[in-house]
Amino acid sequence: MNDGDKTRVLDVRDLEVHYDTREGPAKAVDRVSFSLRAGERLGLIGESGSGKTTVAMALMRLSRPPARIAGGEVLLADRDLLKLTDAELRQTRLRDIALVPQGAMSSLNPVMRVGDQIADAILAHRRDLNRKAIRTRIVEGLANVGLDPSVARRFPHELSGGMKQRAVMAIATSLAPKVIIADEPTSALDVVVQRQIIQTLGRLQDGLGAAVVLIGHDMGLIAQFSDTVGVMYAGRVVELGPVQQIIETPRHPYTRLLIDSLPGIRERKALRGIPGLPPRLVNLPEGCRFAARCPFAFDRCRAETPEQQTVASYHVAACHLYPQHDSLPPITASEDTA
Amino acid sequence: MSSELARYIGMRFIQFLVVVFIAVSVNFFIPRLLPGDPIESLIARLQSAGGSQEMDSQAIIDNFREKYGLDKPMMTQYLNYWRDLFRFDMGVSLSSYPQPVSQMIRQALPWSVGLLATATLIAFTLGSVLGALLAWPRSGRIIRTIVPTLLVLSTIPFYLLAMILIYLFAVLWRIFPPGGGASPTLIMEWDWPSFVNIVHHGMLPGLAIVLGSVGIWALGMRSQTVSVLGEDYITFAEAKGLAPRRIFLRYGMRNAMLPQVTALALSLGHVVSGAVLVEVIFNYPGLGALLYNAVRGQDYFLVQGVVLILILTLAVLLFIIDLIYPLLDPRIRR
Ligand SMILES: Nc1ncnc2c1ncn2[C@@H]1O[C@H](COP(=O)(O)OP(=O)(O)O)[C@@H](O)[C@H]1O
Ligand code: SF4
Ligand SMILES: [Mg+2]
Repeated sequence: MNDGDKTRVLDVRDLEVHYDTREGPAKAVDRVSFSLRAGERLGLIGESGSGKTTVAMALMRLSRPPARIAGGEVLLADRDLLKLTDAELRQTRLRDIALVPQGAMSSLNPVMRVGDQIADAILAHRRDLNRKAIRTRIVEGLANVGLDPSVARRFPHELSGGMKQRAVMAIATSLAPKVIIADEPTSALDVVVQRQIIQTLGRLQDGLGAAVVLIGHDMGLIAQFSDTVGVMYAGRVVELGPVQQIIETPRHPYTRLLIDSLPGIRERKALRGIPGLPPRLVNLPEGCRFAARCPFAFDRCRAETPEQQTVASYHVAACHLYPQHDSLPPITASEDTA
Repeated sequence: MSSELARYIGMRFIQFLVVVFIAVSVNFFIPRLLPGDPIESLIARLQSAGGSQEMDSQAIIDNFREKYGLDKPMMTQYLNYWRDLFRFDMGVSLSSYPQPVSQMIRQALPWSVGLLATATLIAFTLGSVLGALLAWPRSGRIIRTIVPTLLVLSTIPFYLLAMILIYLFAVLWRIFPPGGGASPTLIMEWDWPSFVNIVHHGMLPGLAIVLGSVGIWALGMRSQTVSVLGEDYITFAEAKGLAPRRIFLRYGMRNAMLPQVTALALSLGHVVSGAVLVEVIFNYPGLGALLYNAVRGQDYFLVQGVVLILILTLAVLLFIIDLIYPLLDPRIRR
C-alpha cells in the first residue's frame, strides 16, 4: 500500500466514529484506514449498517449527534480535515472534497431552482465570478452530467429520480474537487438508470482527474467501477485490495462468503445469504467482529481483535489466518453446516 | 407551467365563489328557520322604548314586511336578498334604529382589519423568526431565554393577560389609554396626529394579541424548523460549504415557513373569534365589539350582517393565502 505519500490525495488513518447511545458508545466506525491516489477509484462495499455512510459523513466532517468522530485523521493534501477551523472547513468542502450523499433524491432544496442551487455552491467559494461566468459554469456543469441547460430553471419536483441524481452530481463537481465521495448514488433507481449514473460518474471522474470513493452494497456495480475495493463489516474495513484480487482470491472469510453468495458477478444482486447477524456495536468484546459467523473461527479470534495484515501487494486483510496462510483455506464440510 | 398556474388560480377562485355562495345562503336561511319574528320583536322594542305610543303598530309591521318582502315566497325573498347584498343593503339595525347595518359595518370594519391584521402579522412574523432561531443550534443564550418566556405569556388566559396589561400600562404607568379606538375629541383626518392617536390607542390591544399568540407561532415554527434541519438538503447544503446564515435562511427557514403559512390560514377563524374578546375588553370600535353588542341586543339584521362580513373576510383572506402559497412552494402549482 506504500507508493509515496506525494500522490495521495486522501489519506484516512484510524478513523473512529461513535454513536452515543444510552448504553454507551456504539463503535460504528472502528479504526478505518485507507488512502487514495489522484484519479483512483475506490469502491467501499458492505451490507446495510456496516458503517459506510458513517464513514462518508465523517470524511466531510458532517457527523452530527449522536454521531461523534472519536479519533483518527482525514488528511487532504497533508491537512487534517478534522483539525480545520469552521471557516477553513467550509472552504474545503466542495472545493477539495465533495459529497454525493445517500438519498440524493431528497438532497435538493425543494423551493429552489436547480440552477440557483448550483450557483449557491459556486458562489460560496468563488466570490470573484460574475453572473455570466456563473451562468456558463452552470450550463457546463449540467452538460457534464448529461443534463440539458433548461434543467437550471426547473424545481427538483419537476425532475425524475435519475435527473435529480445527476443534478446532485453536477453540484458536487461544480468546483472540480480532488476527491468525490459518492454514497450509494444508484440506490432507489432502476437498473438501466443505475448503469447510466455509474457511467456518468466515471466520465466526470476522468474529466476532473478526481479520486472517487464509491460506496455501495452491490458487488457487481462496485466491481465494474473500481480499481480498488474495500470491504466493510460491522464498522471495520476487513479487506482492501485490487478489484481483480478481491473477486478472484478473496482473503478475508467475510469477503469470500460475500462473493460466494452472489449467483454470478455479472448479474447484479444485493448482498444476502450469509447466515447469522452482525454484532451489536455497543459494549463489543475483544475479538474479531465476524467470529460468530465465520466458518474458520478459532480460539484466538474470540480473544484478540485482528489487525490489518498485508496479504499480497496492495492487499490487506484483518484476519488471524494471516500471515500464517497464503490464501484462504477451503471451507470444510463440518464447518459449513449453516 | 403558467397554464398550470392559471388552472390552479381558476380552481381556487371557483372554490372561493362556492364558499361565498354557501355562506350567503346559510346566512339567509338560518334566521328564517328559527322560531321568532324579528319584525315583531323590533316593533315591540320600538314601542317599549317609548316615544311613539300612538304608532299604528300593524301599519308599521306591514310596512316592514313589504319593505323586506317577508310577505313574498321564500324563493323571491332569497333572490331579493342577493339583490340587496349587491347594493350593500343589509337592512337596518334594530338597536340603533334606523341606522343601516351596512353603514355600521363600514364604520367598524377598518378598525378591526387595522388592529387584527397588524397585530396578527407581527405576532406571526416575530413568532416564526424566534421559533426558527430557537431550533437553530448556533443561536445564543438570549434567544433560548426570551422565547420560552413568551411561551409562558401565551398560556395565560387572554382576558387575564389583557387585564394585567391594562393595569400595568394604563393604570400604573399611564403610558397607553385603557381602551377605545381613538380619543373622543379627535377629529379624524388623513394626517399624522390622527395616525399617532390611533396607533397609541391600538398599542394595548395589539400588545395583548401579540403576546397572547407569539409563543404559539414560535412553538409551531420551532418544531417545523427542527424537522427541516434534519432533512437531507440541509446536510447537502453544509457539504457545499455554504455559510451557516445562508443555510438557515434559504434552506431552513424558507422551508419551515410553508407549514406555518398553512397554519396561519387555518387559524384565521380563531383570529376572528379572538377579535370579539379583544374588542370587548378594550372597548375597541371594531366588528367584534359590534357583533357582541348586536347579539346582546338581539339585533337580528346587524348580527346577520356582521357574521356575513366576517365569513366573507375569512374567505377573501383564505383566497389570498391560496394565491400566495404557490409562490412560496413550487410543488403546489397543481
Ligand atoms: N442515529 C444513530 N444512532 C445510533 N446508531 C446509529 C445511528 N445511525 C446509524 N447508526 C448505527 O451505525 C451503523 C452504521 O450505519 P450506516 O453508516 O448508516 O451504515 P451503512 O451506510 O453501511 O448502511 C449501523 O449499525 C447503525 O446501527
Ligand atoms: S479473525 Fe477469525 S473469526 Fe475473524 S475472520 Fe479471521 S478467521 Fe474468521
Ligand atoms: Mg448508507
